[in-house]
Amino acid sequence: MEKNDMLINVVLFSPLVGIVLLLIMGQRREERIKWVALVSSLVTLAFSLVLLGAFDPSKAEMQLENLGEWFSLGNYTVSYYVGVDGLSILLVLLTAFIMPLAILFSLYHVKERVRLYYSFLLLLEFAMIGVFVAQDLFLFYVFWEVSLVPMYFLVGIWGSEQRIYAAVKFFLYTMAGSILMLLAILWMGNYFGTFNVMAIKAAVEAAAGTPQGAFPSAVTELLLFLGFFIAFAIKVPIWPLHSWLPDAHVQAPTAGSVILAGVLLKLGTYGLVRFNLGLFPQMSVTLAPIIGVLAIIGIIYGAWVSYAQTDVKKLVAYSSISHLGFVVLGIFALNAAGISGATLQMVNHGISTGGLFLMVGMLYERRHTKAIDAFGGVWKVMPVFSGLALVITLSSMGLPGLNGFVGEFTILLGTAGSPVLGVLFAFFGTIGVILAAVYLLYMWNKVFMGEYRAPVAEHGAFALAPAAGGGHEGEGEDVHAAGEAHGHDNHGAEGGNPYTPLTWNELTALIAVVIAAFVIGLYPRPFFGYMDASVGATAAELARYIPADATAQSIQAE
Amino acid sequence: MEVIASFVPLVVILPFAGALLNLFLGRYLSEKLIGALATTAAALAFAVAAVMTVGITAHGYEAVVVNPPILDSWIYIPSAAIDIPWQMRVDTLSLTMMLVVTGVGTLIHLYAIGYMHGDPRFARFFVYLNLFLGFMLILVTGNNFLMMFVGWEGVGLCSFLLIGFWFDKKHGEGWKNSNAARKAFIVNRVGDFGLLLAIFLIFWTYGTLDYYKPNEVLHIGGEKAAADVLVREGGDGIAHGQKGVFAQTEAWLAEGGHIVSFGVFELPFETVVTLITLFMLIGVTGKSAQIPLFVWLPDAMAGPTPVSALIHAATMVTAGVYLITRNSVLYHAAPLSAALVTVVGAATALMAGFIALGQWDIKKVLAYSTVSQLGFMVAAVGIGGYAAGMFHLITHAFFKALLFLGSGSVIHAMEHGHHHAHAHHESEHGEESHGHADHAHEEAFDPQDMRNMGGLARRMPITFVTYLIGTLALAGIFPLAGFWSKDEILGKAFNAAFIDGKLEGFAMLGLLLAAAGFTAFYMWRQIKLVFLGVPRTEAAAAATESSPSMTIPLLVLAALSIFGGALNIPLGVNSVLVIGVLFITAGFWLLWALPSVRLFFIGRAEPVTSLPSLKPAFRLIALGSAAAFMLSGAAIILVPSLGASYPLETLVLWLEHSVPYTKGLTLNPFLAILALGIGIGGILLAQRVYSPAPLAEGNQDVLEIRPDTRPAFQLANAKLYWDETYGRLIEQPYNRAAAWLAHKLDWEFWHDRFHHTVFRDFYKRAADFIATPVDRGAIDQGFLRIGRAVAQAAARLRTVQTGYVRTYVFTMLFGVVLVMLILLLPLLRQ
Repeated sequence: MEKNDMLINVVLFSPLVGIVLLLIMGQRREERIKWVALVSSLVTLAFSLVLLGAFDPSKAEMQLENLGEWFSLGNYTVSYYVGVDGLSILLVLLTAFIMPLAILFSLYHVKERVRLYYSFLLLLEFAMIGVFVAQDLFLFYVFWEVSLVPMYFLVGIWGSEQRIYAAVKFFLYTMAGSILMLLAILWMGNYFGTFNVMAIKAAVEAAAGTPQGAFPSAVTELLLFLGFFIAFAIKVPIWPLHSWLPDAHVQAPTAGSVILAGVLLKLGTYGLVRFNLGLFPQMSVTLAPIIGVLAIIGIIYGAWVSYAQTDVKKLVAYSSISHLGFVVLGIFALNAAGISGATLQMVNHGISTGGLFLMVGMLYERRHTKAIDAFGGVWKVMPVFSGLALVITLSSMGLPGLNGFVGEFTILLGTAGSPVLGVLFAFFGTIGVILAAVYLLYMWNKVFMGEYRAPVAEHGAFALAPAAGGGHEGEGEDVHAAGEAHGHDNHGAEGGNPYTPLTWNELTALIAVVIAAFVIGLYPRPFFGYMDASVGATAAELARYIPADATAQSIQAE
Repeated sequence: MEVIASFVPLVVILPFAGALLNLFLGRYLSEKLIGALATTAAALAFAVAAVMTVGITAHGYEAVVVNPPILDSWIYIPSAAIDIPWQMRVDTLSLTMMLVVTGVGTLIHLYAIGYMHGDPRFARFFVYLNLFLGFMLILVTGNNFLMMFVGWEGVGLCSFLLIGFWFDKKHGEGWKNSNAARKAFIVNRVGDFGLLLAIFLIFWTYGTLDYYKPNEVLHIGGEKAAADVLVREGGDGIAHGQKGVFAQTEAWLAEGGHIVSFGVFELPFETVVTLITLFMLIGVTGKSAQIPLFVWLPDAMAGPTPVSALIHAATMVTAGVYLITRNSVLYHAAPLSAALVTVVGAATALMAGFIALGQWDIKKVLAYSTVSQLGFMVAAVGIGGYAAGMFHLITHAFFKALLFLGSGSVIHAMEHGHHHAHAHHESEHGEESHGHADHAHEEAFDPQDMRNMGGLARRMPITFVTYLIGTLALAGIFPLAGFWSKDEILGKAFNAAFIDGKLEGFAMLGLLLAAAGFTAFYMWRQIKLVFLGVPRTEAAAAATESSPSMTIPLLVLAALSIFGGALNIPLGVNSVLVIGVLFITAGFWLLWALPSVRLFFIGRAEPVTSLPSLKPAFRLIALGSAAAFMLSGAAIILVPSLGASYPLETLVLWLEHSVPYTKGLTLNPFLAILALGIGIGGILLAQRVYSPAPLAEGNQDVLEIRPDTRPAFQLANAKLYWDETYGRLIEQPYNRAAAWLAHKLDWEFWHDRFHHTVFRDFYKRAADFIATPVDRGAIDQGFLRIGRAVAQAAARLRTVQTGYVRTYVFTMLFGVVLVMLILLLPLLRQ
């Protein structure tokens, strides 16, 4: 038991050890730096797997916890309190899983300020894991803010053309939310006399039956709820607070986008489950229909807007709004099915959308463009890459047998039977499933299918012209290259073909994503198993606040 | 039976294994090995299904629920009482589907070896085909709605992959194929949306998605006996859902007045069942190509022809019929939905039959014909003729697969003929290898356009005769398969109309009889255009018969199309055997005595006396698969009939063991003669209209020339403007709205203007305001004044500034304490 106590600290601080190693090493030794970063992230992954092994799925409460006083200021006592339960363990694992993929991709593509770059990545990992394991509101806030800084620099230094704008917008948006959350946290710490989440939760639960409730007034509870909610809603992002997302995603380097979509957005959804549902059950029940409507708007709006994009990366960015709409919908279904689905879908979205951003990054590295119209027929010249990309696209689309479906299905099932949302919400949510096919297949068709569009054609009048079209000097070689690739898989880098085969690191990253997609899709039982006890407890707690006559409740809430 | 049925996972695993092997090893294998591997996987699956059929027959048709090893539960969330296992069901219905899917599938695999020869992605094609089989088998073997849904979407994916298989064709063809694939997927997704909602409702109504729980006894023939339900033991935390969906429905219906609560509202049980079945119908219209979602199927013909035969005619598109048959209990309990199903099916049958009259593309005719025949099936299951619908599903699988493969043979021959003629004229092109890939460079020739054909009967005798058999079977000519199944459907409609007095029965009868007339007409028009008369192009004149791997499946399917009707002829075992032998003999006479048949139709015979010889290497593979296939098929008929205690039943009786509310056979002699008359009449009319020459000058249809039929033909030719209407009503508004939302609302307004104007400019203006009038003005002045005061105070306080560090530290500490006191103020107040 003593050993397990330290386990969570090991997972949390192992990226910091990596950073220290990187800082000790000389600035110039780029080759070695990236390997150290990769190994460091893999070590974290290994430790998180050990953590998973030590985790007892039958316990609903916090476990493997580590509690110590950090500092005390008047009646504010800030503790160093870390631990995991069923809601967070999978997200810790997700973080540890996504980070090596991001580093793998970066190995040969990032060439500037290498040491700083990997240091920021590892710092980000530290902060993100910290957010997921912190069980003290103040500690949580510290990690929350720390996670902001490396992302800001990743976008601002290694991003594309408008990186500064994107980085500042990202920073300001998130900060605006954070400040409200800070106020709410300080108020809570003052009122409850502790920042300990579990203690506050216990106090709230104890006051459940009493007429006045845990908070001085409903308005106070609403304000506190909003303080947390707006911070998380910006992070998720919930419509209409999504405006920073396309900028940050499009301008961020590929690894940044992967982490942003893969993990960083989950900080918001995780926060909703942990804090909004956990600490303000009454307000969650009251506001669930309204938030449900926002989620539905997000699902449909994100999918719709995504369809009109001309930039692959932006398309994928907007798809996140739609996908996270599902997660929010599941969370505010307030039943075990919805929350289970949402928690799994957080992981799924990390895998699928992370994979999609990897895919976009790989295309970009080859063609140096993200315009959908510039592509076409990639399937023909890169069959292996396209096959893997197809699986990722389908997983994002929610094809049964892959991970996305399990999450979406469970969420919508939960929504349909939710005591606060109901079938109508499921109806509109399911429309999002159709729209997902519309925009993802649009992307897939334009980029991967259709006639092979050699880059040469871009100089011609019409991008539609096949390889043989146009009078460019490189034409002969291109035709030759296309012909070569035609019969076999040896789509080499000969001639003007920019579609070089996947390098080993790209291949490994994609295969890892695909395997994860299949495993969760075919056998999600253990994943649900890890979260089941905690989700069940959360749902049972929420159920106490849902009046038996749910019909009256929903009308009232409207 | 338990033991034999426990093989059922193999039926699914075998095709998936084949797909995986070809996916990873395909590039190292030769075409023949790839084809053999895939075909063997399909044939073995068929063999397993056949063995299980024998087993289930020997054990009194008892249904068995099988939990596959390793994957125990799929979605299992105890806290939410969700338990959706990977669980399979072997009963007569699922076995029927398994046999059809794997049986026809095997033949089409074999055919595809020849058809896809030389394709650069040969291995990939067979990966997809096997993958399709696997998903289709999941669809039919699953014991719960979600497993069915897995198959349902999975086959949709394979359909997408295969329609877009030639995505890289040149001259815009590739884009056309890709878009057809996308259209199929998206339209099917609309259907899936309905099915998903039905599944949600089912779950919250019943607490389970299982069709039947293990050991649950089924009601047969609609008797409402109390269900003998075994409650599952063990505390897995799942409180409700001890009964399967169908048993629970029966129980609640018998009980009456059950109210279902959905959390935020409540509904009477009957209403819920109606809703469920209506949402399910949306799914059916998507997958089974009914109004209003049928528009994807004609476009799906962009895929290679074996795909059209297997997926878009014989198996996948019949999934909707299977779904309704499986849910016979629910549809029986929801007369409104059932009536709607009937009307949708019958209307689709007529509508698609009409469009088929005006098509030029050989595959488009068959595609609309498929939509029409699916309408027959859907109408049949809607009116309660579950066995009739399944019967037509089976016979249709035979003859429509036959027709599609025949059309593939024709297209193949036309392509090669065109190539041949082309090479003849321009010898410099002759050096290019044969194959599909390089056909694209030959522009402006459509090998699928029937106007380019004509007189192919002489060039392709086997294809012709088998195609003829398929046509006659489709037209419902006695004694071919289609006659029996179509008559069964019409009989059900007749009974519903005149015995039960159902309105939709009358509508269905009228619509289907008219559709049957159309069927005969457009099929004979096709025969006239393609096979009879004289060749109209050089390509047609140079066409040659296809290779044995393509013609053997044609022969087998032709035989099945001939005696498939015997499945449901209500006679004893011996008579069935006798009739079977008679049919087979007749069929083979028809096939082998080609010269005389040709003489009859064409007049002048060329000496074709035997099948082309098989190449030795290929023969082994072909014969091996064929032997396994034939033996398994024979086993179904022979093994049960060996012992007297195993009576061979008709399809209706066989299905009654798994499909509740299947009513007995309805062979109506009056209707049979009427339908036969309509079929023959349609053929004769077409023969009359399209003689002597099927095409008028300018390659126009004869009907197009005549002023009285002209508008109708043009309407049919334009496909009734469905695509245009959808484009205008749905697609374009959606695209425009997407563009507006994305570029105007989200980007220009929300992202740019709102953020810049409201946030940034406001901030700036506020900053300016604070900086200039406030800061420089009031505050500055204020501070100046304060400053002066401070200066005076400072002068006085100068004595405090001791220069000692400890004083400063003390002051700081004092400040900190002050701040802390302010922070602690709330505490003091308490």
